Parts: sequence; structure tokens; C-alpha cells
Amino acid sequence: MQFFFEVLIGGLLSGVMYSFVALGFVLIYKASGVFNFAQGAMVFAAALTFVGFQELGVPFWLALLIAFGVMVVLGILTERIVLRPLVNQPPITLFMATIGLTYVIEGLAQGAWGANVRGLELGIQDEPIEWLMETANISVSKFDLFGAGVAALLVTLLALFFQYTRIGRALRAVADDHQAALSIGIPLQQIWRIVWAVAGFVALVAGLIWGARNGVSFSLTFTALKALPVLILGGFTSIPGAIVGGLIIGSTEKLAEVYLGEYVGGGIDSWFPYVMALAFLLVRPEGLFGEKHIDRV
Amino acid sequence: MFYREAGQFKTTYLADQQIFPITQDRIGVLLILAVAFVAVPMLFNEYWIKAILIPFLIFSLAALGLNILTGYAGQLSLGSAAFMAVGAFASYNFMLRVDGMPILIAFVCGGLSAAVVGIAFGLPSLRIKGFYLAVATLAAQFFIVWALTKFGWFSNYSSSGVITAQEMQIFGYKFVTAESKYLLVLSIVVLLALAAKNMVRSSIGRAWMAVRDMDVAAEVIGIRIMHTKLLAFAVSSFYCGVAGALYAYAYIGTVEPEGFNLDLSFKILFMIIIGGVGSIVGAFLGAAFIVLLPIALDVMVQEWLHGIFPPSISSNLQLVVFGGLIIFFLIVEPHGLARLWQIGKQKLRLWPFPH
Amino acid sequence: MKISTTLIAVALLAGVVGDTMAQANEQFIGLPSYRVGAYAAGGSGIYGGWIDYMTLINERDGGVNGVKLSWEECETEYNNARGVECYERMKKKGSTGNSVFQPLSTGITYSVLDKVAADKIPLVTIGYGRTDAADGRVFPWVFPMITTYWSQATTMVKYIGSKEGGLDKLNGKKIAYLYHDSAYGKEGLAVLEKQAQKYGFTFVPLAVAHPGNEQQSQWLKIRQEKPDWVILWGWGVMNPTALKAAAKTGFSREKMVGVWWSGAEEDTIPAGDASKGFTAAGFNVAGANYPVVKAIQDHVYKKNKGNMEDKSRIGSVYYNRGVVHGIITVEAMRTAQAKFGKKPLNGDEMRWGFEHLHIDAKRLKELGAEGFMPDLKITCNDHEGSGKVKYQQWDGKQWKVVSDWIEPDREMVRPMIEESAAKYAKEKNITPRDCSKEG
Repeated sequence: MQFFFEVLIGGLLSGVMYSFVALGFVLIYKASGVFNFAQGAMVFAAALTFVGFQELGVPFWLALLIAFGVMVVLGILTERIVLRPLVNQPPITLFMATIGLTYVIEGLAQGAWGANVRGLELGIQDEPIEWLMETANISVSKFDLFGAGVAALLVTLLALFFQYTRIGRALRAVADDHQAALSIGIPLQQIWRIVWAVAGFVALVAGLIWGARNGVSFSLTFTALKALPVLILGGFTSIPGAIVGGLIIGSTEKLAEVYLGEYVGGGIDSWFPYVMALAFLLVRPEGLFGEKHIDRV
Repeated sequence: MFYREAGQFKTTYLADQQIFPITQDRIGVLLILAVAFVAVPMLFNEYWIKAILIPFLIFSLAALGLNILTGYAGQLSLGSAAFMAVGAFASYNFMLRVDGMPILIAFVCGGLSAAVVGIAFGLPSLRIKGFYLAVATLAAQFFIVWALTKFGWFSNYSSSGVITAQEMQIFGYKFVTAESKYLLVLSIVVLLALAAKNMVRSSIGRAWMAVRDMDVAAEVIGIRIMHTKLLAFAVSSFYCGVAGALYAYAYIGTVEPEGFNLDLSFKILFMIIIGGVGSIVGAFLGAAFIVLLPIALDVMVQEWLHGIFPPSISSNLQLVVFGGLIIFFLIVEPHGLARLWQIGKQKLRLWPFPH
Repeated sequence: MKISTTLIAVALLAGVVGDTMAQANEQFIGLPSYRVGAYAAGGSGIYGGWIDYMTLINERDGGVNGVKLSWEECETEYNNARGVECYERMKKKGSTGNSVFQPLSTGITYSVLDKVAADKIPLVTIGYGRTDAADGRVFPWVFPMITTYWSQATTMVKYIGSKEGGLDKLNGKKIAYLYHDSAYGKEGLAVLEKQAQKYGFTFVPLAVAHPGNEQQSQWLKIRQEKPDWVILWGWGVMNPTALKAAAKTGFSREKMVGVWWSGAEEDTIPAGDASKGFTAAGFNVAGANYPVVKAIQDHVYKKNKGNMEDKSRIGSVYYNRGVVHGIITVEAMRTAQAKFGKKPLNGDEMRWGFEHLHIDAKRLKELGAEGFMPDLKITCNDHEGSGKVKYQQWDGKQWKVVSDWIEPDREMVRPMIEESAAKYAKEKNITPRDCSKEG
């Protein structure tokens, strides 16, 4: 039983890590209806920029600020060069454009900073908490707890931002109905720029957490694949959905790998989350918290 | 083109329903086929046939398959490469385990196996739509590749999980040279492309398009949604499966499941988006673009920028330009190269006096 | 306009591919490299080291017996189809055509495996590729040189045995095998299972799904199973993730042994302090103090002709692996030149050179590579040639050699190779060569 809880807690905590990346997807999809596949590349670019500047001797906070600035510029350029000309195109065209954007970002990031893989230290050790280890023999990583804390903070901040600021209200209006928002004078393009900048910030946070966990390398782009099942499970348009989806995916994935994996030879966590999400979708086709889609003829 | 259809009167329904109703179009298509079958093998060298034309044809076929599903039936799929893998591995096993299996039948069986798997993974489409479905098809992508790696039976217990395609032989003729392989692939692709063209202009195709445009409305007018959607998945997977079998047998030779990864699925999706969603010609144009562009970029970079930039910069530059060009094409012509082709044709009809 | 752009690109492609820059007295070597994407760190290091070594030969010695080396890169992106295109593009280049193909990717190796025999181009795969190709009777054109995955797996057991105080001490121990769930990762399974039977240890295989950036469940299992040792058979991000997860689980890194694709700076640096104490195999070692690497510094980088942008990577594991690739290619050329004359050689002649390659300890010393790579003798029968592996430990800053060259368990590996190769020969209707008749 103690082992079961350990797996469960570990799974929940790694689920939070998936949520980080899923959050970025949700923000952009909510505001502009774009399924932004480049989110993974943005995580990579953000972390690489941060580490790159740190290597040049720039102090932590300044590097963080610069990396954020780079992400904002990237967001604005994306809006200006990619999204604005593609307004009103079918979603699949926008989706493909973001895959094209993925190549551009990956190429630019690796071209600028080189292909080296790098370490990233945030000063929190990825070690089990000792007293929990001694009293209950359950291993819970300090770093994972830290990650969960950051996630909670981030979601609270985003929720407050969306709920109580002027921009937040405008964002929600745009998310509800582009046309209506535009007609009452909300500057759509400015809102999109802001959303891309916020998504860039989320990508930076995700990049720092994942980078500190596994190192900053090209594989940070693969985090996107971990986020996709979370996304469909939670619903494309829901921030709480991204968190709850992450928790569900993380825990079931770990439990499945540990308890079912051995019967089929293991390594099932490449596809299990997707099948899991699929099973949920069959019951709720718009994800757990997604907006219900009504078909009208 | 430089011709108009004026003066060609159709006096029977049969004549009106021909696959290419305009005489000049018919001649044009026959001409293209003649060039492809006769002139190309004579004029092009081995490099072009082996490294560019064969993959171009195979990817065209896969793109055709995806286009049926996504372009005509409106179901977004990110699992095409996995269905190709099913086709390749199934053909291999049919050849291996059935004595005296003719290769063409093995390809068909490979395609049919892919179709069965496609139907299974198409079932969620009855309930799930749009990007939710797209991400759900990723389940197919990852599960199939995992299963092919995991269960040794599929690869005849090869220690590293790869399969080596058997020799291709039809009535004692062995397909060894590049030209013969090219002609075999070309014949299959032409046959299937014609079949696709006919399918999409028949009642099946119209049902697909009705579902694509609005499935609730389609249901109301009496189209069986389940039947139509699953048929689209089956036909699409069949095409992908045959493409996968050709990929293994006529192109690569020895394949591993990881070769059919998500990147390949994306590439095929790119082909139909760049080429033109819901267009048979588009699949070919898109495949040509996606196959040729990276090679052209690499050749240009290696020849012109050699020594100017450090190698890693020039390699990354290729990637940036590739991505950039894709975005550029999506912006200037969101309906794909097939649309450009149409516009070009329209313009040429009036040329040189557009007004 | 867009159509015309495409047309221009196509026309350029046609023109460019058509011409060959034939230089009379140059040996052409095609480099199917990859410098972008997930594999870029390995690709830029290895191809960089290799190119630097060839530059060294050109700059210092004026080529091999007066024949200068020339090369051209072709970006494969580690993608099989692109690799095939590169192979075909390079095939006819240079005065004698491409004389050797080394793709540094198992996938591309498989993709061109059938083609090399027809085109008469040797396929050299150092430390990857198809293991059973070590049987040169069935695979005359393929050279999985120095050592194969199977040989390596047996040296790992030997190394672990030496740490436990003898191979007999392995009885009753438990060894977990944490592997990348792919063709590559599965290479170790069969041979380790046999070793487990032979030495009586319990073998626990644990698969990690690609890309391996999440390993919580596997490490929880390790915590539950409490193995004495963990063999890490990883690639890319899977390695630092495993090291971090080991630290998180409290598993000693001293008890972790990695394969040679887990044992580069690129695998340990991202994991920070968590990698300290981790040991990994290598058929080359790290370090910039070997005379051959110093020579590259003196003759190549001082003249500003080096290939590496980040000079701190000179002497890293990947870089040195590239130098090994260079040494083997150049030495095979030298061997072949002794028979066919001092001129650019074609693929067929190069193949002879590879098959008769013999780099003994004396030659290694002359090359300035003593202790840098194992000595090597290829025969018609045995295309592996050595099988020896050294173990290096990460001390937090760099890799330190902690073992001598360890011999593989040839009695076990060779029959497995022959059995597997015979199966392939049967499937493909190949009659194995009779090596006693080969000159």
C-alpha cells in the first residue's frame, strides 16, 4: 500500500509538470482558436535563451528578464507575421503554420546557441524529503513539490489576471466570440499579442522547471507530446482543465506503467495517456472542462 | 491552358460524366502518363529515380490517402505514418508466412490490414471532432509503433525489431533495377490515383464531402454517418498501408518501426495542406514540394554557403527556411498549390488578352 | 511567382546534382552528417572530430601518401529517407565515387544495407548498426567496427563482476536493465539474459518509452526491486533524466553503468551533480591530452581551420569518437593504397582496405592514439575486429578512465552473431563467402 501511494504521489507531481506545458496551449487556443504546436519549441527556445545568457555571465534575474523579453518579441512577431495574415483561415491551416513555426524556432534557437546540451540549476535539489522517507518510507522529491508550488502560483496568477484586470476581461471576451469582441471595440490584435507574450512566459517557466529536471536540450520540445493528452482530457479551453487533466494523466500513467506495464513488456507510457484521454473523450467529447459544442444546422 | 472547352458538346450523360470531360485534358493526362512511363526512366539518372522520384510517388500515395480522410471526409488525422507501418509490416508477414504469396496480393493484404486497423482507430471519430480527434489519432500513432517494436512476432523475432523486405517478383520477373521499381510504383500509384479520383466523384465521395461540410446536416438528409466516416478511415488507411508497403519494398528495403514516426505523419499532413486539401492533384504537388524542398535547400547550402557559415549554422538555416517557406505558402495560398494550379489555368485561358 | 520559385529550385537541384567536382588526386568521402534536431549534439561533435582529423592529415602530411582527402557534408536530420537521398547523392561524387558511407544512425544503416553491396561502397558503422553484420562472410560490405552492442553488454557484466570482486560473486545478485524502448535498446536484452543464466544473477529489464524524459515509474520499480546494479542503455535526454531520477530515488550512481551512447559529456552535464560517480563504457576515451588531439590543436586550430565552433568540446567523448572515425577511415585507405597504389581509391578497393585493416599497439602509438582507442584487426570472417571497451567515470567535471580495455565474452557473442547472420543469409538467399579463398 505504501508503494501504491508513492506511485500515486509521484504520478500526481509529474502530472503537474505536464500541466505547465499544457497551460501554454490552452492560453493560445482560448484566445485565438489556434492549436499552437510550437509551444514545445517555445519551451525549448525560452530555456535555451535563459541558459545561454547565464553562460555569458548574466545574473539569474536579468537572464530571466531577457529570456522573457525574447519570448515577448517572439510572440509579437508571430502575431504580426504568421497569425494576422492567416486570420479567418481554417483551424488546420493555422495548426500547420504553427508546425512551420516550430521548425523556425528550433532552427533559430539551435543556430544561435549551438547544439550543446546544458545543465540548469535552480538551487533546489531533486532529492527525496528526508522526514517523509524516514517516517512513512515514501519518497517524494523536493523539486517536484517545488514544481507543484510554482504551478499553483502560476495558475492563481493567471486566474487573477483573467478575472480582475481589464486586459483579462478583454481576453475572455475575445475567447468567447472574436467578432463580437471586435465589434465592441476590443483591439483583437493587441489582445493576441498579449496572449502570445503570456504563453511565452508560461513556456519560460515550463522550460526552467523541465530544464532543471532533465537538462536543457532539444528534447524539451518533446514535452509538448506529454502535454497533448492532458490537453484533450482537460479540454482545450480550460485552465483548471489543464491542471486537473495533468493530475489525472500523470497518476494513471504511472500506475499503469507500474502495475500493468509488466504484463505487456513495459514502456507503455508512450501511448497510454492518449488511450486514457481517448476513453474520457468517448464520454465527454469536449474534454472534462471544455466548452460544450452545440451543432446547429 | 491555351485551350477552351468551347465547341465540345456533350450529347449523352455518359459523356458528361467522364473523368476528364474536356478533350484537351484527356490528351494532357495521357501525355503526362506517357512521359512518366516512357520518358522519365530513359531520361533521368539513377539518383533521381531512386532518391527522389520513387519516394515522391510513394509519399504522393500516402498523401492521397490522407487527403481522402482529411480533405474529403473532413477527419483530421495525425497517424498516417503508423498506418504506413501497418501496411509495411503486414505485407512482410504475408510474404513470410504464406508460401508462394504473389507480391501484389501481399501489398493488397498489407493495405487491407491497415484498413482494418484504420477502422478500429476511426471509431472514436463517431463521437469526437476536430483537434480532439487529431490528438486522439496520436494514440494510433504511438500505440502502433509501440506494438510493432514490442511484439517480436511482427518482425519475425529479429533481434533489433527491423524487417527486411523480400525480393519483389511478378511472374518470375525480378524487380531489381531502379527503373523497374519505379515503373512498378508508378503503375500502382496511377491505378490507385484513378480509383481515388473516381471515388471522390461518386456517391461515396459526395457523402464524404457532405459529412465534411456539416455532419449534422448530412445526417439529416439521410447519409449514414458511421458508415461514411468509417469507410473514409478504411480507404484512407488502405492507401497509406499500400504506400507503407511500397516504402519498405521499393524504396528503403530494411525498415524499423521507429522510421514511421510522428515526423513522417506531419510531413504527410504538410503535403496535403501545402498541396491542397480536397484535391487529388494537390496530393502530388504537395508531395513534390515536401520531398524536393529540403533536398534542394541542402544542395544549395552545401554548394553556395560552403565555408561562408559554420556547418551547424547552415544546417539550422535550412530548417528555418523550410519552416519559413511553409508559413509563406500557407499565407499566400491557404488553399494550396492545387489552387494556384487552377488560378494559373484560369489565367492562361484568357492569356494574352485578360480583359 | 511561387511556381516559378519552385521551378528555379528544381532546376538548381538538377544542375547541381548533375555536376561532379572531380579532382584528379583527391579521395572523396561523403559525410552524411546531422547538425540539427534532437541528435545535433552527437552529430556536430562526431562529424566535427572526424573532419578535424582529415584536415590534420591534409595539413600536416599533405594527405595520405600524397592523396588529399576531400569531403562534403549532406544533412540527414537523422531521418532515414533523407539518409538514403544523401547516400544516392554522394555515390557518384569525386573522381572515384564515394568510397565509404558512415551514417552514424542505425536507421540509415538499415536503409542502405541492401544498396551498398550493389553499389560497391563499404558501409562502416562504428559502435552502432547491425550487430550480426560482424559476420563478414554474410555481410562483406558492412563493417560494425571496433565493438558491437552484444560485445559491449558482456563487458558490462565483466566490469560489474570486477567491482563485485569476481564474476563468481555475481551469483544471486540483481541487475536491472533500463533501456530505451526501441530497436537500439532491445539489442542488449538477449545477450544479457544469457549472461544472467551463465553467472546466476537476476535480470530485470525495464523499458523506457521514447524520448525518455519521464521515468518516474521505472525508478519507483527500481526502488521496489532494489537491484544491486543498474545498466543504463539510453539515448539522448533519457540519460540525464535517468541520472536525475536515480538521485531522486536515492540509488547510488556508483552502481550505474551506461553504454557508450550514455557516456558523453552531453549525458552527464545536464544532470549536474546527480551524475557524479556514474560509469559508462566507451570504445574511445575522453581527454585532450592525447598526442593525436594535440596535433589537431597545433596543425588545424592554430591555422584556424577547425570545424568546431565551441572549442571547449575538443577532447570530449563525442569529438574523440569522431577522431576515431577519422583514424579508421584514413588507416583503411593507407592499407588499401599499399595494395592498389597511391591513388584515389574506389569503394571496392576501400572495402579491401577495411577488411585487411590492422591497427596494432605500435601503430596506435605512432598515431598518437595509445590508450585512446583499442587495437584492431579486421579479417574476412570478423568485421568487428576488437570488441574491447574501457570504462570511464564522471567525477563531476570530466570523464576519468577507471578500467583497462575489457575483452568481451567472445565465446558467447560470436555464435550468436553467426546464428543471426545465418538466419539473415537464409532469408535473403545469400551464400556466405568462403573466407579461406579471400585474398
